[in-house]
Amino acid sequence: MSSIDFSWLIGGPQGSGVESGANVFSKVCAELGYQIFGKREFHSNIKGEHSYFIVRISDSVIHSNVNEVSLMISFDAETIFRHYDEVMQGGGIIYDSDLQETSTDSVRALDNHFKERLHKDLESKNKPFTISGVLEIAKEKGVHLYPVSFKKILSSLAEQTENPKLKGMIRMYNVIGVSLSLGLIKMPSTSLLQSIDSIFSKKPKIAEINKLAANYSYNFAISKFTNFPFTLMGTEKQKDTILVQGHQGTSIGKMVSGCRFQSYYPITPASDESVFLESNELLEVYHDRPGSTLVIQTEDEISAIGMMIGSSLTGTRSSTSTSGPGFALMAEAIGWAGMNEVPIVLTLYQRSGPSTGLPTRHGQDDLLFAVAGSFGDFPKIVYSSGDIEESFYDTGRCFNYADVYQVPVIHMMDKFLSSSVVTCKRFDPKKITINRGKLLDTIEGEYKRFAFTDDGISPRSRLGLDNGIFWNTGDESDEYGHITEDPQMRIKMMDKRMSRLDLILKQIPENEQIISHNIAEYTIISWGSTKGPILDALEMLKKEGIDIGFIQIKLLHPFPANSIKTLLQKAKYIIDIEANHSGQLGKIFKQNVTREVDYFILKYTGRGMTCTEVYQSLKKIIENKAKRREVLDHGS
Amino acid sequence: MALKLADYKTNVHNDWCPGCGDFGIVNALQMALAEMGIQRDKATIFSGIGCSGKTSHFINTYGIHTLHGRVLTFAQGGKLANPEMTVVAVGGDGDGLGIGAGHFVAAGRRNIDMTYIIFDNGVYGLTKGQASPTLKLGEKTKSLPSPNTNYNVNPIGLAVASGFTFVARAYSYDVRHLKDLIIQAIRHKGLSFLDVLQPCPTYNDINTRDWYAGEDLAKESMERHSRIYKLEETHFDPVVHYADETEIDEKLAQALIKSLEWGNKIPIGVFYKNETISPFASRLTDKIPNYLENSPAKQKISEDGVPTTDVTSILNSLKV
Repeated sequence: MSSIDFSWLIGGPQGSGVESGANVFSKVCAELGYQIFGKREFHSNIKGEHSYFIVRISDSVIHSNVNEVSLMISFDAETIFRHYDEVMQGGGIIYDSDLQETSTDSVRALDNHFKERLHKDLESKNKPFTISGVLEIAKEKGVHLYPVSFKKILSSLAEQTENPKLKGMIRMYNVIGVSLSLGLIKMPSTSLLQSIDSIFSKKPKIAEINKLAANYSYNFAISKFTNFPFTLMGTEKQKDTILVQGHQGTSIGKMVSGCRFQSYYPITPASDESVFLESNELLEVYHDRPGSTLVIQTEDEISAIGMMIGSSLTGTRSSTSTSGPGFALMAEAIGWAGMNEVPIVLTLYQRSGPSTGLPTRHGQDDLLFAVAGSFGDFPKIVYSSGDIEESFYDTGRCFNYADVYQVPVIHMMDKFLSSSVVTCKRFDPKKITINRGKLLDTIEGEYKRFAFTDDGISPRSRLGLDNGIFWNTGDESDEYGHITEDPQMRIKMMDKRMSRLDLILKQIPENEQIISHNIAEYTIISWGSTKGPILDALEMLKKEGIDIGFIQIKLLHPFPANSIKTLLQKAKYIIDIEANHSGQLGKIFKQNVTREVDYFILKYTGRGMTCTEVYQSLKKIIENKAKRREVLDHGS
Repeated sequence: MALKLADYKTNVHNDWCPGCGDFGIVNALQMALAEMGIQRDKATIFSGIGCSGKTSHFINTYGIHTLHGRVLTFAQGGKLANPEMTVVAVGGDGDGLGIGAGHFVAAGRRNIDMTYIIFDNGVYGLTKGQASPTLKLGEKTKSLPSPNTNYNVNPIGLAVASGFTFVARAYSYDVRHLKDLIIQAIRHKGLSFLDVLQPCPTYNDINTRDWYAGEDLAKESMERHSRIYKLEETHFDPVVHYADETEIDEKLAQALIKSLEWGNKIPIGVFYKNETISPFASRLTDKIPNYLENSPAKQKISEDGVPTTDVTSILNSLKV
């Protein structure tokens, strides 16, 4: 797909610096002009369980991971046991030689399910249940092995600098690992030292020690490691590139969109967004005094949505961010906001359900719940983003939709996006517009908050505005907002609110509702973060002369059934790709478009899809070798 | 323009039962707003669900009738975004101390400058008289199939333990006294709580108006027999005068002990008042210096549809 396509895996116990190691590596590669797609996998645990980060590097644009790893760096045994078989022929493993004789049983974090599978595999290949055993298999496959004693590196470093304290600095294993990797692929080291400086900018002494270790390890790899087929010397830097983390699209999007109030309750994988907003709570404003985002950590998600609604009633653009369990608690209040026509934006970072499910893993399981969430009929918008760059601009759209249509907007994100690190084009705040709809600045004469109008949307006052007094209630109400149980008023009010669904479909531009990437005999329908692996898989197929269509549905409720139906006229087979068990989009599609989905490609292991596995199953479909329901399972 | 009491009334039909203690509360609240001269469009009454939840519809200010148990969350959000607004939250004891108890405690910890009034009658009236959190253990109000099996919540005690900085109790048939307490509560700098004893004439046949008046005690004695007495007519000093931990502890303990008085003598008035604890807004201005002058509701976010937030420095930090 490109001349350089290199995947690097770093693994280790949680709390050992895997993530910061990966961030340094990503930053260094990005500084040298490469495109990055990185993804973190971690357990629901603070310290000790296995976590890993795969960074894919290319000189052309990439949107996902591949199955095979080109180089793995590990400073613990568990990483080797879990990932040795992902390393490709011709790839490499840098590992701690002191771990050579470690047995599977001595690694307590290896769970029995995994160990059983591993033992079976080792037994069949007649290998011992040790690191040496699995490394032998790798070697036989053609993987280059690079043993290094991390302990010795520290002690040589201590000797060289006459600083005996360094001997015990195992916290630097991550920097050592990153530097060994960079040395092995011969990546210029200047940006390595810069990245370390910027990460430890507040602790210059620590930065110095880390730089020493980095230099030493980098040179160690350059001088001692040979025969590795990959060298990454840098490539032409693309203009206006940024390296962003998953939550930064929506959080920076919220700042630009004028969101000034965010209430939240801590939950993985949503809270990173709120923490980022609070860390940057003071805002610079053009030609004006500084602004601020008020971020309030509440006692639960019910309070988070209640506060957001209260704030929105004052005319403040307000938001919350949560995941499935928190969203469930918010359901009643979403209906209240719908009933009272309060614009709110709820960013839903999905993870694997049901219940606590796989709390730190990926899933797109909440689509049907988001569409149906809360009892009673009321209008709302469910909108999804396909990648981090999209999520920035989509956040702006979501706030406009909320204001213009005076409805709750649920912005679907997920764990795949939130724990990715990618290079993309610098966000352009000028491309976000702010449309507050019928929000009033002044009011004279009699005011009715829910006045009947031609388009079903009433001019909106805000708490504290002169002459703008109104009432809200979760009960059915009259035009003032006072309780009514009058059957005729009920019909008028229900019709007024519900008419908005048609208006939304009519007024939102079609290219904001659906992105048609291509229509072909076989055409994929999908939504959200599957976009990345799908685009990369389609590119792979294209190189083989296979043309597959893809429409990405962004507006999921109200569902743009007519546009989709028309678009898909030329498609003979529909393939639904989603990260859930039941093909939730497929259900909505069937119900609204009244057409069957021909194939499903689904994944519900909690791990994001790779383009490799999407490619493989699409190929099976084309070759008529696929089952109607293809289930993916790559990734540990 | 000076406003009269009548200006704070709406013409919405009030469907509370005849003799309901809620009338006294809504009247007192309207009187307090009028006496303080608070402009109608600068105040919002948030209410919970139940009979008391309808209060917001009877008062001619902004009125937000929220969800069961969640009134404090909506009210705090509104006040945080628009701190200039006078915010009063109202709701029943089931609303605030049952389903909403978590929010009650969390609100105390924040100490946002607003007022919370609980209409305390020991029953869930609108669902036909089930036991609510303040009903005493073993009591059987008339529609209960059997005596109450739960111990009661002590609203005053819970409030002082949670961090409310103004804690008082009133009686809904003493409207003037209630009105005075509401004014004090609204003027208080921080979160104020008012527990209003409010007989439900339909479902609570134990704590009735006659019972509070001590009619049953009158049969035994010729002396003054009302169960209710006013703390301000005793030597009770509820105020924390210095930002001193010992004094705060003493006043908290004193309020808690006082709150346990019940039976033949029921105190009303201010139990605890402490303005030495920082209101939430000042905790915010410590980190967002212009929060009050440029609150979320006031901030200008766009010019002719173009966003005015400048995120250049954040984007620069992500640049590669």
